[in-house]
Amino acid sequence: MCLAIPGRVVELIDGENQLARVEVGGVRRNVNIGLLDDTKVGDYVLIHVGFALSKVDEREAEETLRLLQELGSYQDEMAQFAGAGE
Amino acid sequence: MKFIDEYRQGGLARRLAEQIARLTDRPLKLMEVCGGHTHTIFKYGIEDLLPPNIEMIHGPGCPVCVIPIGRTDDAISLARRPGMIFTTFGDAMRVPASKTSLLDAKAAGADVRMVYSPLDALKLAKKNPAQQVVFFALGFETTSPSTALTILQAAKEGVENFSVFCNHIMIVPALKALLDSPDLKLDGFVGPGHVSTVIGTRCYEFVSRDYGRPLVVSGFEPLDVLQSVYQIAKQVVEGRAEVENQYARMVSRDGNRRALEALSEVFEPRDYFEWRGLGSIAHSGIRLRKKYAAFDAELKFGVPGLRVADPKACQCGEILKGVKKPWECKVFGTACTPETPIGSCMVSSEGACAAYYNFGRLSKVAERAAAQSGAPRS
Amino acid sequence: MTTAFTASPLFERVERSRRRKPRVRDEFITLAHGGGGKAMHELIEGLFLDYFNNPLLAPLEDQAVFDLAGDGRPSRLAFTTDSYVITPLFFPGGDIGRLAVSGTVNDLAMSGARPLYLSAGFIIEEGFPVADLRRILESMRAAAVEAGVQIVTGDTKVVQRGCADKLFINTAGIGIIEHDARISAANARIGDKIILSGMMGDHGATILLARGELGLETEIQSDAAPLWSLVQAMLGVTTEIHALRDPTRGGVAATLNEIARSSEVCLQLDEQALPVREEVKGACEILGLDPLYIANEGLLVAVVGAEVAEELVARMREHPLGRAARIIGAARAEPPGIVVLNTTFGGTRIVDLLVGEQLPRIC
Repeated sequence: MCLAIPGRVVELIDGENQLARVEVGGVRRNVNIGLLDDTKVGDYVLIHVGFALSKVDEREAEETLRLLQELGSYQDEMAQFAGAGE
Repeated sequence: MKFIDEYRQGGLARRLAEQIARLTDRPLKLMEVCGGHTHTIFKYGIEDLLPPNIEMIHGPGCPVCVIPIGRTDDAISLARRPGMIFTTFGDAMRVPASKTSLLDAKAAGADVRMVYSPLDALKLAKKNPAQQVVFFALGFETTSPSTALTILQAAKEGVENFSVFCNHIMIVPALKALLDSPDLKLDGFVGPGHVSTVIGTRCYEFVSRDYGRPLVVSGFEPLDVLQSVYQIAKQVVEGRAEVENQYARMVSRDGNRRALEALSEVFEPRDYFEWRGLGSIAHSGIRLRKKYAAFDAELKFGVPGLRVADPKACQCGEILKGVKKPWECKVFGTACTPETPIGSCMVSSEGACAAYYNFGRLSKVAERAAAQSGAPRS
Repeated sequence: MTTAFTASPLFERVERSRRRKPRVRDEFITLAHGGGGKAMHELIEGLFLDYFNNPLLAPLEDQAVFDLAGDGRPSRLAFTTDSYVITPLFFPGGDIGRLAVSGTVNDLAMSGARPLYLSAGFIIEEGFPVADLRRILESMRAAAVEAGVQIVTGDTKVVQRGCADKLFINTAGIGIIEHDARISAANARIGDKIILSGMMGDHGATILLARGELGLETEIQSDAAPLWSLVQAMLGVTTEIHALRDPTRGGVAATLNEIARSSEVCLQLDEQALPVREEVKGACEILGLDPLYIANEGLLVAVVGAEVAEELVARMREHPLGRAARIIGAARAEPPGIVVLNTTFGGTRIVDLLVGEQLPRIC
């Protein structure tokens, strides 16, 4: 369920209606940011049916990627280790 | 695209799959709850990447699939009212009800319009003050806050010709119903991702605490799903049962406070709500509070409200619980196809049956299993 | 007994006025313009002929009569028709007029036929702005020049308000096949390579966004273009072009499925090789759409002999409409009639025909 996609806030448009302009891969749309606190231009937010649900935690994003890379490379170390034992 | 492409790297995926294989060769049955995860699994062929001892069961987290036939009939009856503009997400247009679908109703003259956001429906109402506009609200907690905020905006602006036909459902009661089901044998859950941005991860703790199963809240990119499967397998191997958050870049433990507040301001739980294929689940649906009755299309216009049973041949209930595989259903691929769907699993492209039919006919998993069981292939 | 006719000054004055080249001064098309009387003749001679004039059309008969340019050898003809009902009429990169010419030219070109002549039938809703009609006719004129075709016969009808959605155009086309290649969706062979001439999804994505209901904004344009000169360039390299199709409605996926079924082969695609513009990708991500199913109007799919594939791609890239050309897959034996995608993940999935139109989703 729930097709939601991260996009970058490029402009804060309407304070009263809580609208921001968000961009995904060169496509822009107005998005309601009323569910988030303190959104700034440059933030990445998760958008779903015209609303921003969450702000991307860039530190966590990097950490996840790092873990993924690590998991992927651990395999090479193991292979080397196994090879060295012969 | 940032925060998307990085989690789609194929080379890394293969290595992750190998790590999972290394962890354990125990047979494991894991359920991915969300339709979005089902979509990812089939789009990227993840089942074929995973070692043969890990079986993915495709859960009922597809809010379009589980709308009861009777409720879609109700939606169509609203759409047919003269002077009505009926707005809906694209997903619901083709869902077959008792005799017809919203798309067919549109062809027959009803003013049915597809919208991307409930705010677009509200805009239509403001632009067409002489007509009534109803929004077909469906989805889990990912989507219900958007409906809530839209209703609050409509109330603030005094828009009188806008209302909502509410079919929002909640994931936790469904999870509990699955876990309480006697014929269900699951070892762990790939947990909902976007729902969790709203409801947080605390609410899943009962799964590990009371039922002893690990649940990993997962992102929707293929590397997210693989990493989540890895984490679940690791828990099993280490004898743990915990709630972990693989989707930490979007999901926090407490969820979205404002969204939860909006939800509790506008909605209240229904005693029972029916799920196509699963039957009635307590407190699994929500409706508008009395305070917002003016925006409740059911109250404003009335709907037939008939309960329509699934056709006898339909075995969606067992497929949704993971007890049966799509090709084990007698009507899969014959009477029940994406063009002529009989049950919820074939209705939306994320239903397990539709996914296998559309994408997975070549799946090695499907072939292996079909060969083993001797079941006829489609 | 007959009386000799003598022209009077009154008669001559009226005749002079009648024989003057008509000019359309109306702002909106009315039912009279479709009535077959003076108003309609004014419309044709004073408006359409401004854009479509050529010796074959000028006599304004009910049909155009011509010899086919031949060198004595028996020639094969190609004949096609298509109707254009698109909304909105004007969109970034083109309009219904450009589509009406390019689409029919392309249907001819996909059989390897050199497009020669087009007919154009118009069904206009009462109240349609003449200024818009002029814009569309100009587009058609320009596209016809680009494609090297002439519009030699036509028809106009005007219907009451509400009985047509602004403007419908039908074009039929005739072309001549001047080579020996047998190009057909049924001729793909095992081992052939699949070539795509450019980026997928530009036209469909542009139209979806141009309708405005989704609130998305970006700088993409329709790729609508007549493709004959590209096909001509390809035929100059080789006649081992087995199948050619322009992937319009239903996208590349629909076209490949048609070829796979007709030829009873499996068409296997390499996901890594599929070219999609960043903005089209972005729109698809937001709406939950797959570029493989989105319409194109300036793209072609070619299934060609493996030995000539690289050379063809190189030649295509020299052509303005083929700059992004590349090999996207190959034909193999099993399973026949099916299109299969090798994902970037090393997995394989089927690319089936959709039931109906692809719709944006929230799930």
